[in-house]
Amino acid sequence: NIFKFVQFKFLLCSYLITFDELKTDYKNPIDQCNTLNPTVEKVKKIKRVKIALKLVLPEYLIHAFFCVMFLCAAEWLTLGLNMPLLAYHIWRYMSRPVMSGPGLYDPTTIMNADILAYCQKEGWCKLAFYLLSFFYYLYGMIYVLVSS
Amino acid sequence: MEFPFGYGLHLENYSASSGHYPQVPHEAVPSQLDNQYVADYHSACYSIPVQSVMTPSVGPSMLNTQQLYSGAPHPVESAGGLTQGAISSASYLHTSVPQSYSALSSHYSSSTSSSVASQGFSLSSGHYAMPTISSALYPNLSYPSMSVGSPYGQVFTSQSLPAVGQFKETNTFPNQSSAVPRTLQQQITLGYNSTSWSTSDFQSAQDNFSRNNTGSLAKASSQINTVGILDSLHPVSQNVQFTNPGVETSVVSSAVTSSIRTPVGDHLTEPASVPSSTQPSESLLQEAIDSSSTTSSASPVINNYDALEGGGYPETNSATSSPAPTPQTSRMPKPFGYGYPTLQPGYQNATPSTSAMQPSNPGHHSGFQQYPQQYPGVNQLSSTLGGLSLQHSQQPESLRPVNLTQERNILPVSPVLAPVPNLNSDLRKLNCSPDSFRCTLTNIPQTQALLNKAKLPLGLLLHPFRDLTQLPVITSSTIVRCRSCRTYINPFVSFIDQRRWKCNLCYRVNDVPEEFMYNPLTRSYGEPHKRPEVQNSTVEFIASSDYMLRPPQPAVYLFVLDVSHNAVEAGYLTIVCQSLLENLDKLPGDSRTRIGFITFDSTVHFYNLQEGLSQPQMLIVSDIDDVFLPTPDSLLVNLHESKELIKDLLSALPNMFINTRETHSALGPALQAAFKLMSPTGGRISVFQSQLPSLGAGLLHSREDPNQRSSTKVVQHLGPATDFYKKLALDCSGQQTAVDLFLLSSQYADLASLACMSKYSAGCIYYYPSFHHSHNPAQAEKLQKDLKRYLTRKIGFEAVMRIRCTKGLSIHTFHGNFFVRSTDLLSLANINPDAGFAVQMSIEESLTDTSLVCFQTALLYTSSKGERRIRVHTLCLPVVTSLSDVYAGADVQAAVCLLANMAVDRSVSSSLSDARDALVNAVVDSLSAYISTASNLQQSTLIAPNSLRLFPLYVLALLKQKAFRTGTSTRLDDRIYAMCQIKSQPLVHLMKMIHPNLYRIDRLTNEGAIHVNDRVVPQPPLQKLSAEKLTREGAFLMDCGSIFYIWIGKSCDNSFIKDVLGYPNYASVPQKLTQLPELDTLSSERARSFITWLRDSRPLNPVLQVIRDESPAKTDFFQHLVEDRTEAAFSYYEFLLHIQQQICK
Repeated sequence: NIFKFVQFKFLLCSYLITFDELKTDYKNPIDQCNTLNPTVEKVKKIKRVKIALKLVLPEYLIHAFFCVMFLCAAEWLTLGLNMPLLAYHIWRYMSRPVMSGPGLYDPTTIMNADILAYCQKEGWCKLAFYLLSFFYYLYGMIYVLVSS
Repeated sequence: MEFPFGYGLHLENYSASSGHYPQVPHEAVPSQLDNQYVADYHSACYSIPVQSVMTPSVGPSMLNTQQLYSGAPHPVESAGGLTQGAISSASYLHTSVPQSYSALSSHYSSSTSSSVASQGFSLSSGHYAMPTISSALYPNLSYPSMSVGSPYGQVFTSQSLPAVGQFKETNTFPNQSSAVPRTLQQQITLGYNSTSWSTSDFQSAQDNFSRNNTGSLAKASSQINTVGILDSLHPVSQNVQFTNPGVETSVVSSAVTSSIRTPVGDHLTEPASVPSSTQPSESLLQEAIDSSSTTSSASPVINNYDALEGGGYPETNSATSSPAPTPQTSRMPKPFGYGYPTLQPGYQNATPSTSAMQPSNPGHHSGFQQYPQQYPGVNQLSSTLGGLSLQHSQQPESLRPVNLTQERNILPVSPVLAPVPNLNSDLRKLNCSPDSFRCTLTNIPQTQALLNKAKLPLGLLLHPFRDLTQLPVITSSTIVRCRSCRTYINPFVSFIDQRRWKCNLCYRVNDVPEEFMYNPLTRSYGEPHKRPEVQNSTVEFIASSDYMLRPPQPAVYLFVLDVSHNAVEAGYLTIVCQSLLENLDKLPGDSRTRIGFITFDSTVHFYNLQEGLSQPQMLIVSDIDDVFLPTPDSLLVNLHESKELIKDLLSALPNMFINTRETHSALGPALQAAFKLMSPTGGRISVFQSQLPSLGAGLLHSREDPNQRSSTKVVQHLGPATDFYKKLALDCSGQQTAVDLFLLSSQYADLASLACMSKYSAGCIYYYPSFHHSHNPAQAEKLQKDLKRYLTRKIGFEAVMRIRCTKGLSIHTFHGNFFVRSTDLLSLANINPDAGFAVQMSIEESLTDTSLVCFQTALLYTSSKGERRIRVHTLCLPVVTSLSDVYAGADVQAAVCLLANMAVDRSVSSSLSDARDALVNAVVDSLSAYISTASNLQQSTLIAPNSLRLFPLYVLALLKQKAFRTGTSTRLDDRIYAMCQIKSQPLVHLMKMIHPNLYRIDRLTNEGAIHVNDRVVPQPPLQKLSAEKLTREGAFLMDCGSIFYIWIGKSCDNSFIKDVLGYPNYASVPQKLTQLPELDTLSSERARSFITWLRDSRPLNPVLQVIRDESPAKTDFFQHLVEDRTEAAFSYYEFLLHIQQQICK
């Protein structure tokens, strides 16, 4: 199950790229938010970035899924490391702006410098975290393989 | 051979003046150059005087440029005289360039004879009813003999200058006056000139093209030329600035000035006939001389800006140059003697601010402090000018510490004016009008750290689409823009040489396109810096097809009307239909204009108005869950083709639903239908809604708890309940459709949710609480007048607005009604002249390598006539490094408006109490930061710099404003509406909303009155907003922006009640009085003219409400007295003590 993290990392990368693009580029934030918010029909419209997976919700779901896996495997330490992020994700989703569909980002406020900067920073921090945990899981996996 | 003699005289003057140069810092090198040339080349000696002769005549041509199309035709008329009269009158603002090109060229051929010039002049002078002052000068100048163009121009400038006197700085006068003696001599040399005419004309044409070859000579003389050109620029731009404000054009303080001012604009343009004749006269001399003088007119600008870029202050140039002619002035005071005394009253009254501006330089730059001593001539001159008291310098004034707790009368008696950026006079006069473009700090701090230290918000307040009476409109196939940052060329760019210009935002060096070299107005070649784009900070371009994504859309208007029982009962339909009928022909648009109607209750009704039908056809769609358009093609119809049907419908509509029993309102489905109808074209949807939407998509529930209205704790539900309206707005915005909301409800209608449909689609919101056509006639009247304005005002479609700023600054947040497309781009489906915007800025990189920053807003829109246009405003501000300079340049009104915008955001995203705390903290932080910088002050007292002395008062007013107040019963919708207003109103109107103006009107006198359109408008002093100012014997007018209150004291003079209100005594004044009767008494006339004048200054018609002292409505009045204590809020003094406490903590 650990191999899946490779994909996971890619996902995060693309996620970050999008926000970077938003700041430097003139992409319409409606499209942007539609990409990040999972509205299926709009996802097709993405032209510039090929990886269509860069959605916030899948990221949250995958992360939650891993947490559940760790729970099942009784990997308490790893689970403990991941809990803060899980809690953050839940908080983040609870305090999202008013919207009818699922999603996290509001196209009318995303261009506010504070919010944009926050999202970018969030992206970088998460990338670092996922990268570190990826290597940690890799180490864990090899260790298990070798020792068995 | 008096001619050379005459010039010799001037040479003397100039050599004397060049002796002055070395004394002035920064200018040593140029002056050496200058001397060298005087010594080496004899011709150079000639060139100097020639330039000075030339310069004034360049002045007028600049004026011409300024006036642009309004002015351009006039020179043609006056010079060409006989032929071109028609064009001048016809082409007011919109004359296309080709037209004036041809006009000019035809003039070119016809202006050979000297008599034409003089004749042309007399013609035009008749036209404009020249002020008496100038005619007083005529006799000794005898025009017909003035065959030489240049003196002609000079005389003119010297006359018109007194007229523009308000704007002129002292040091420019000497220069101008130096022209006068010369002209006197020129008269004598009459015959000589007239013979030379025919040949010279030809030569000058050649000259036009040989200018570029001039080389060094140009450089040499450029310094001197600066004198004339830079200075002669001043009257020009100032003049335009004053005429620009449109509505305020007529705000003139005395009869004298008002009669002069208006002609001045046109009058100044007349001498534009001169430049054409000037060239001949110069070309008499030597080609080299001539070309040097013309080319050099380009170089002053370069020098000027190079100085800027280098960090030095541009004042150096104009300052060095101006003292030069001073000796002449003292010798030749005569010609001015006539003009001046007459003008002085106007001079003093009209521009108190300008007279205060000038001295800011000495205060700011140490180099200039000795300047008055060095050149006593200037001082003398200033003293002769009398009214121009130069002693108060702005810098110390705005920094003067004010002890807030001790100063009882903090509010000035006249309205607060925007502070003037501390720029040199040329830039200042070129700068954008503060009405359209204002910055909270007129001195931009160099680094973010400095800004943080000052604790003041940095941001811009914009009113980009303001109604302007004079706006240079430019038609050009290439719009010159910076190649890397796409900035439009503007007055603050620097020309490196004839062919290249340097962008003032990104510093890229760009090429000047070939076309730009030719100036269609002065008809001259090789003077790119004199193009109107470079002479005006507010210009409008007619854009080419490069600026279109699709063909310009027609004007499309869709009206979505609520016809449920509630709405019919309120009776708004009659008013709306009536207003529409009346204004149908005045709707902005062209032959393609389209219009449509949708009504809705629990179903959605469409109206087929297709041409050919005998009567309008109503189509009802009852499937509100999936609304469809019954006949998509015939619902939006051409206004002109189906006019009869539309009129039929409008007259029938009010009665069609009179017996309806339907109480539900399916607003959501109606809006979806409207969106479907509009999406192919885009345009404007006007929604009239009278209750909470209760059916279909977007239905809302009442969220307000009436018991919580006066709660001091948490105010909930400031945000939308659903994102339906926001999504709809975004869809609309994407299809270039704006939704304007008219909410006419008597009960809670959840404006917080409904407002989203306008907020994000760049619409506007009108709210008429407790609207009823008969129970509340004041609201009905307001709706009617608002509608008239709404329907007839200018409109721009499919607009985008981009704000660019100098590298290092970046935009943080936008406020207003729009959708933000990218970090600096706003998408505005519609733009209207009443929309204001605010922008928060941050400093990302320190601005160490520049001394000026610029902001440019470019608004690209489709006019109602289907033209694609770009309106560009450019604002230029200095950068400062010290904290005290930052405080000195603070614009308290702009800062308060920006803070209000930020507080609205905060109260929606966080909570109202958070926002209130943030407002108080803004004052506390900035004042404590100021006190800690001024270490010599006592720490215990509450001190503010003079520029910020009103800050606590305004913030207190803001805290007591409906949007932010707590403790007082405030309906949620009222609060939300106030917040919407704060976000979307331009600064002037917002300020009145925050801090109303109070006047005493029972004793209006003509003292200090101004004249507007032959009416005398009294100017009573502002009273502070406190009950202590109200006396029982008086009557007071409070101007709250959207409403006027007249409060009548118990023992008010019976004669006032009788003469103004038309009732015998106090007791007989009715409770609801909303109009002043037209009585034929002096006091009535004064009161009415004052109120009309106040009304005319704003787009939406305010309601007048007369309140007797004991009437129940008086609480409405008293709630605006912000300096008084209320149950829930501080008085002003208590607030100050509170702040002081906070600071000391």
